[in-house]
Amino acid sequence: MLDTLEQRARRAAGRLPATARHWAVRGVREYSEQLSVRQDVAETPQRAHENGAMLTVIDGGLGYAATSDLSEPGLGAAFERAHALARAGAGRTVIDYERIARPAGSGRYASLVERPASSATLPEKLGWLRDVCAAAGGDTRIVDRHATLWNVTTEQLHVTSEGARTEQRWEFMTPSVQVTAHANGVTQVRSSAGQYNGYCQQGGIEVLERARFRESEGPRVAREALQLITAAPCPSGTFDLILMPDQMMLQIHESIGHPLELDRILGDERNFAGTSFVTLDMFGHYQYGSELLNVSFDPGREHEFAGFAFDDDGTPAERALLIERGLLKRPLGGSLSQARAQAQGFEVGGVATTRSSSWNRAPIDRMSNLNVEPGDSSLEQMISGTELGVVMHTNCSWSIDDSRNKFQFGCEYARMVRGGRLAEVVRNPNYRGISATFWRSLAMVGNSDTAAVMGTPFCGKGEPSQVIRVGHASPACKFSNVDVFGGAL
Amino acid sequence: MQPSGAYTDPVSFEALADALLRSDPSVDRTSLYLRAESSNFLRFNHAALRQATSVQQAHVTLAVERGQRRAESTLTLGGEPALDVQRLRSERELLLSQLDLISDDPWLSYPKTATHSRRDDRGALPEPGHVIALVHELAGVKREQDLVGFYAGGPVVHAFADSLGSRHWHRVESFHFDWCLYHRADKAVKTRYAGTHWDDTAFAAKLEEAARRMPLLAREVRTLQAGAYRAAFSPSAMVELLGTLGWSGFSLKSRRTGVSSLMRLERGEAAFDAGFHLDEAVALGTAPAFTAEGFVRPVRVALVEAGKLPASGGTLNSPRSAAEYGVAANGVGAQEAPEALRLGPGSIAQADLLSVLDTGLYVSNLWYLNYSDRQACRMTGMTRYACFWVEDGKLAAPVNVMRFDDDVLRLFGSGLVGLTDAPEFTPNSDTYGARQLGSITTPAAVVEGFRLTL
Repeated sequence: MLDTLEQRARRAAGRLPATARHWAVRGVREYSEQLSVRQDVAETPQRAHENGAMLTVIDGGLGYAATSDLSEPGLGAAFERAHALARAGAGRTVIDYERIARPAGSGRYASLVERPASSATLPEKLGWLRDVCAAAGGDTRIVDRHATLWNVTTEQLHVTSEGARTEQRWEFMTPSVQVTAHANGVTQVRSSAGQYNGYCQQGGIEVLERARFRESEGPRVAREALQLITAAPCPSGTFDLILMPDQMMLQIHESIGHPLELDRILGDERNFAGTSFVTLDMFGHYQYGSELLNVSFDPGREHEFAGFAFDDDGTPAERALLIERGLLKRPLGGSLSQARAQAQGFEVGGVATTRSSSWNRAPIDRMSNLNVEPGDSSLEQMISGTELGVVMHTNCSWSIDDSRNKFQFGCEYARMVRGGRLAEVVRNPNYRGISATFWRSLAMVGNSDTAAVMGTPFCGKGEPSQVIRVGHASPACKFSNVDVFGGAL
Repeated sequence: MQPSGAYTDPVSFEALADALLRSDPSVDRTSLYLRAESSNFLRFNHAALRQATSVQQAHVTLAVERGQRRAESTLTLGGEPALDVQRLRSERELLLSQLDLISDDPWLSYPKTATHSRRDDRGALPEPGHVIALVHELAGVKREQDLVGFYAGGPVVHAFADSLGSRHWHRVESFHFDWCLYHRADKAVKTRYAGTHWDDTAFAAKLEEAARRMPLLAREVRTLQAGAYRAAFSPSAMVELLGTLGWSGFSLKSRRTGVSSLMRLERGEAAFDAGFHLDEAVALGTAPAFTAEGFVRPVRVALVEAGKLPASGGTLNSPRSAAEYGVAANGVGAQEAPEALRLGPGSIAQADLLSVLDTGLYVSNLWYLNYSDRQACRMTGMTRYACFWVEDGKLAAPVNVMRFDDDVLRLFGSGLVGLTDAPEFTPNSDTYGARQLGSITTPAAVVEGFRLTL
């Protein structure tokens, strides 16, 4: 359908009035398959096909219209709706959309895929899940276990009246295994990378190998669940804290990513997702973290979940440091938000990260691949240099205020560090802090051997709301003097 | 304006069902579950229009079942009936072939007889241009207010049909506009205007009422220390607490695998106050009276009675969990999450809420709740917007946002002072992927010992 969308859209756009300054069409075709085996029983496979387009018209104001009717009359009707909204908003918008420069570049992007998900049959994939699920069992204290596999193929075509044309094709793979164990009144859940699919990458079946999904994840997750049900609660106190990549991803996401979204800083999200403690005047001189902190926007990072070549406005995407040696340099804001900041007198720059969750939502500033750059410490050095501390793995709970400052996060699994050595496993580990000061307590940054490429398929934001894919690559990091605590009051 | 075949009218869906659901001896049942909407979305910032979007979409889940096997697929419908039927027929062929590739699911359960229901609520909704002009005039030009908000309106349809002859139609035509008037930084008054028949005068009155509350936010802000406080929760704050309780709290599978937040209630180790009565009351809300599989939902499922679990168990049982654990299903989807929670009234007159609080924290809104220890029913979250310190029953000072971390079973158990006498209906305003149809109905509450931590 996308191969002929451009011609139909151009013919339909030809009927827009001459006053229309700009039009665009962004067509999306997506296929997903979700497979699950729970307690050794395969559940109903879930297939989904998405086909639709978002049309944009600028005429005085800006209007969007989404339609799943991709016929020429259907696109024509959607253009009419978008145009009516554009006219209705004329003179009443947050900025004069007619004056915003629009990208005119063209190009392609495709995920690096060695073995597409479609190269395996349904029985093969269900067989893998049965094996993983079975490997997570074998102990009567394990009361629930399931293994899942979610693969998505997305194609997007973006065409504008200025002649821009971008084609992008992604393949996403997300494996997961989760185990619930119970003994003596204690129930604990352990998962391979979080209960919300933290191990997610672009690619095909080879992603399962990178995750060691079929090789060892079932027994590893089961073993750690059983450790947790006999473990003591995490102690409370002020400790040094070492966060592994599958918790660092959440820490980056909530207390760096969201606060740096330029549309939040401009106030768009104050009725829903919130505002930011970061203000326009901070860029260029605000010390966000210690000098060990380097944070990149890296849409070209191999395998990472939210890689792309163009954002959904058609702006070419390039790697940039948002925080360098702890200094705040630029926000997560696309071309429109940058122009709005400029109109307020702030040249804050930005990156190409205006994105939408699908064809039925208009693009806004989002995180994409947002990474902490590796440092030079080994994990052994981080542990041996810790007299009393906690190593935490895998997020399971998160909460942060609407300015993205006061946070409290919980993890599935932790181990104490005593006298520079890894000690006992503890359960229900939590910690809390304030973003504006937490990153300044960053004391050691792990080297690339400690790093992992993680992400989430479920970053929520926007009105109407959008769930979008985000990537986070990070090494292990050590923070000093953090408020740590355990479970029940 | 709606194109023909937008599937927000029953004729289009009936035609699709008639074409697809012909008798086929090779399967036990073929079914269609439709979710469609024709929505206008308007975002405002600083009383100006940020984004205006019209979304017309229709998704149908096509399923085939044979014995203990089911295969399903969800597709977007284009709106041209002949093409949609062609695509669905071809997808059905593929699903039939999948039935041979999967194994029996011993816990699969689906209806064996035909059922019917119909609800079609029509409204009178404004044109988007009218709302844009009203906000511009009333909040922007007249008052120069910092209004940030979101309007969503239009028809939402859920419908079901199967080859056994079942037909269910549920259409709700409504709008939901909520907005904040900002004083400065994170201090704002949040207001909601929702319904089925738009009224300019009612909207203007809501704006006016919010504006009258703004001077309270200009008072000197107080910062509370960590500790336990007497507190009053508005219905909006209660929606957040009860909504979070719905994550796993009432799920049969979560109870049986020990991960429910109400495990202590289940084991009799803790109880809510005797005045705490909670149920799932679909008939009173906006959610459909049927599930995606075609099961009819009961009018009411008791979840908590007089602070304890009812004899029925107080769980929401999906057909699959019900089969697995050998109990009766009670009309919820696979997630076993409530869609129409209702907390019963107490005896505090609504107007007396602050005087009953006397001195303490008035919580207008809560934000970003999660469990810090799920099995202990321990929740954390933030206060937000217009929360106030109250002295002698009067709003004294706005307070800076604070984190709480507390045991909700204790909070509404030994900590519950009382509930107000007039529960408020709050429609679900979520728009992830599509406009949602759930609701929570709850009174306000006064509690003792609300634990603030940061």
